[in-house]
Amino acid sequence: MTKVSLSLNGKPVSGKVEGRTLLADFLREGQGLTGTHIGCDTSQCGACLVHVNGDLVKSCTMFALEAEGCEVTTIEGVAAGDGTLSGIQDAFREHHGLQCGFCTPGMVMSTAELLKINPKPSEADIRDHLEGNICRCTGYHNIIKAIMAASGQDVSGIAAE
Amino acid sequence: MTVGTPLPHDAAALHVTGQARYVDDLPVPANCLHLAFGLSTIARGKITGLDVSAVSAADGVVAVLTEKDLPFENDVSPSVHDEPLLATGTVHYVGQPIFLVVAQSHLAARKAARLATIEYAEETPIVTIDQALAANSRFEDGPIVWSKGDAADAIKNAANRVQGSMEIGAQEHFYLEGQVALARPQEGGDMLVHSSSQHPTEIQHKVAHALGCPMHAVRVEIRRMGGGFGGKESQGNALAVGCAIAARQTGRPCKMRYDRDDDMTITGKRHDFRIDYDVGFDKNGRVSGIEFTQYARCGWALDLSIPVADRAMLHADNAYDLPAATITSHRLKTNTQSATAYRGFGGPQGMVGIERVMDHIAHNLGLDPLEVRRTNFYRDMTETPPTPAQTTPYHMEVEDFELNAMVRELAASSDYQNRRKRIAEWNAGNEVLKKGIALTPVKFGISFTLTHLNQAGALVHVYQDGSIQMNHGGTEMGQGLFQKVAQVAAHSFGVDTKLVKITATDTAKVPNTSATAASSGSDLNGMAVKAACDTIRERISDFLMEYYQADDVRFEGGQVHIGDKVIRFEEAAILAYENRISLSATGFYKTPKIEWNRVTGRGRPFYYFAYGAAVTECVIDTLTGENRILRTDILHDAGASLNPALDIGQIEGGFVQGAGWLTTEELVWDASGRLRTHAPSTYKIPACSDRPDIFNVALWDGKNREDTIYRSKAVGEPPFMLGISAHAALSDAVAACGAAYPNLNAPATAETILHAVTAVRS
Ligand code: FES
Ligand code: FES
Repeated sequence: MTKVSLSLNGKPVSGKVEGRTLLADFLREGQGLTGTHIGCDTSQCGACLVHVNGDLVKSCTMFALEAEGCEVTTIEGVAAGDGTLSGIQDAFREHHGLQCGFCTPGMVMSTAELLKINPKPSEADIRDHLEGNICRCTGYHNIIKAIMAASGQDVSGIAAE
Repeated sequence: MTVGTPLPHDAAALHVTGQARYVDDLPVPANCLHLAFGLSTIARGKITGLDVSAVSAADGVVAVLTEKDLPFENDVSPSVHDEPLLATGTVHYVGQPIFLVVAQSHLAARKAARLATIEYAEETPIVTIDQALAANSRFEDGPIVWSKGDAADAIKNAANRVQGSMEIGAQEHFYLEGQVALARPQEGGDMLVHSSSQHPTEIQHKVAHALGCPMHAVRVEIRRMGGGFGGKESQGNALAVGCAIAARQTGRPCKMRYDRDDDMTITGKRHDFRIDYDVGFDKNGRVSGIEFTQYARCGWALDLSIPVADRAMLHADNAYDLPAATITSHRLKTNTQSATAYRGFGGPQGMVGIERVMDHIAHNLGLDPLEVRRTNFYRDMTETPPTPAQTTPYHMEVEDFELNAMVRELAASSDYQNRRKRIAEWNAGNEVLKKGIALTPVKFGISFTLTHLNQAGALVHVYQDGSIQMNHGGTEMGQGLFQKVAQVAAHSFGVDTKLVKITATDTAKVPNTSATAASSGSDLNGMAVKAACDTIRERISDFLMEYYQADDVRFEGGQVHIGDKVIRFEEAAILAYENRISLSATGFYKTPKIEWNRVTGRGRPFYYFAYGAAVTECVIDTLTGENRILRTDILHDAGASLNPALDIGQIEGGFVQGAGWLTTEELVWDASGRLRTHAPSTYKIPACSDRPDIFNVALWDGKNREDTIYRSKAVGEPPFMLGISAHAALSDAVAACGAAYPNLNAPATAETILHAVTAVRS
């Protein structure tokens, strides 16, 4: 067991982990932050996405020890301290960008990165960016709509409420 | 007015912040143990030696259980007790659980599960439909046959005839949250189980049998699933029972979660089918007689295969009035995962069969397939019902057909005719890329075909502060059931949905529930909750009328109007409480009108039908078989929708999942019976980029003719079959490559399309 220390959602945390402990397991079991979901265990689905030093990372594919000294943000760190939803979160809620919700934390984390590098993405940009995020429920339509809305674009033309 | 409002999913705010809890997220005591199954590595044979000493000795292992260690019943089957939790001397598929490891951590359990020494006397497995037929390996004694009229005679006397056969692949559910259960021992030997299951009562039932206790000693609680799609109707039994037995033996909480690989290897999938057809028709394509032979690959145990295969037969007509039809169904037993429920429950396979026939007839006559479809449609129900009565091949009268009008509207709104012409011109000028377009309808029967399952219960409390707690037997898997039913409850009391607390499904609150399946969730539970709310509201009304000496009471806008007097709902609640009026009630509902005899194949298995239609346009690359869906337009009938936003979400998601089944999602078993596609790296479910470039979805403006909850219609499964339009469009594109009929199998992967293109060209 080795000690790992990092900044998690703005707070310093540390814990003992094995060399092989995945960041996802450290977050879920070590830190009780269960919003990071395990959907596939093998880096395919994107349910476990978090930000490490501002980069989008599949936490099922990174060792906890690799996050030593890093700034890690999970879905639990996205809303404001008083619980106010971020623009992206609110758009997913408002535009029905979720059904079972299991993919949602990963979708929100992925969208945050997209809008950072491309504040007004086209539909094609969104499709491209979400290549690593699987949603089995929604058919993606409302997810795209939510992302367009979150980036301040008009979604009235995107059919169907 | 809360019913009919497009409110967001009830847990949306929890989902976007990561606070929504799934079973694996529940806080557990530090002494919780973790389980994993040791799996068979062969598809068929006898276990001649099982040595688990290395498993027991592995780091972190607390116990290893084999069938001999099970205290009571060793069975997790939802039907005929043919599915042991742990293998009893013989194994029937690669991935069958043989022993159970109980360890300190998930990882320790999984690592140890690989350490057993198992010796087998291997036998040749039966993997394919042909092998099963050759070995006469089947469930039930022989094929099931239902018929109407003399189909053979009608085919013989018809002006035209085509015959064909189509392979239709299986489908993995890929619920994003894998199977998981948690059992927590209680005092006096009771057991509390949290399970990601669509069927809490069955989990309760199976756990009780496995622990040798009455059902009252087992409580099952389910707040939500991360997707179900039918894959959590029976496939969660093994995990829940395993956890309960281990929890009983160790006295500690026990949890089991399948890794994705294990999940895909162990659990059942959609049945794959072969459908043979022989059809006679006139020069307009009007069918006079048809014979279908359906072969369903059911896997090693019965599970739900009988009702699934029945439903495939019940949808062999889809939207078409078939004057004479014979449908024969073979339920074949193979050494593969036990195929199980999956959205549509056999209906999609049956429907693909008849849609293929419509395409084949049109190709044979050189007609637009849509014209052939329309020629064969049932007649729309109008003020004057069609005479003579129109009946399905199972002799049920079709009393609510509306696809003629729906298809007229959809063909117009999607500009089908002009686009079809433009596509033909475009194809004439393009050698490499070819486009196709198709409009396919859906008529899906709503009700469980096992009549007694069509019942539901609810429990509603109004607290003295006016807040309301609602519970029913339905489970939430993302479909928005809880929100829709909460809207029904809020509507009953004329209050905002914020006043209504939605609670986890709990066998201690509502007993003897049916699985949340057959799209019946809001139909059944909505009605049961409404009945409970009505009871309480009437008690409050009666009391208030007497108290204020008034003649009428209305609940509206958060207020209660008693004659001229207006008080807030909260005030009414406390007043009623103080005057000793009971503010708690149960509700019950059973679906009327249905009766069904599956032996004779006659009756009314369905309360009503849900309808929909989709037009899909796609393009293929004839050099590689690669393809894209360019545009899809959908018109779907949800009756008077309880929540249009949630219903449209079901339609979009259902279409994409249905199209995935018939295009990219390919499950491959090798000759030894091993599933080779057991992870998303090799099994391609639709990604964001696979959804149609243009995607227009609209709800048909109509009401259910039957007296359902606020005249809405079930919407969970029917839209799945709109995905058939994608397959038909691909077939249309392939047909543009040559003169022969494409005979396109499903899934129409790039390879399959390439083969079909090569075949029609030569
Ligand atoms: S769990 Fe990490 S990508 Fe699926
Ligand atoms: S909402 Fe269920 S997987 Fe996306």
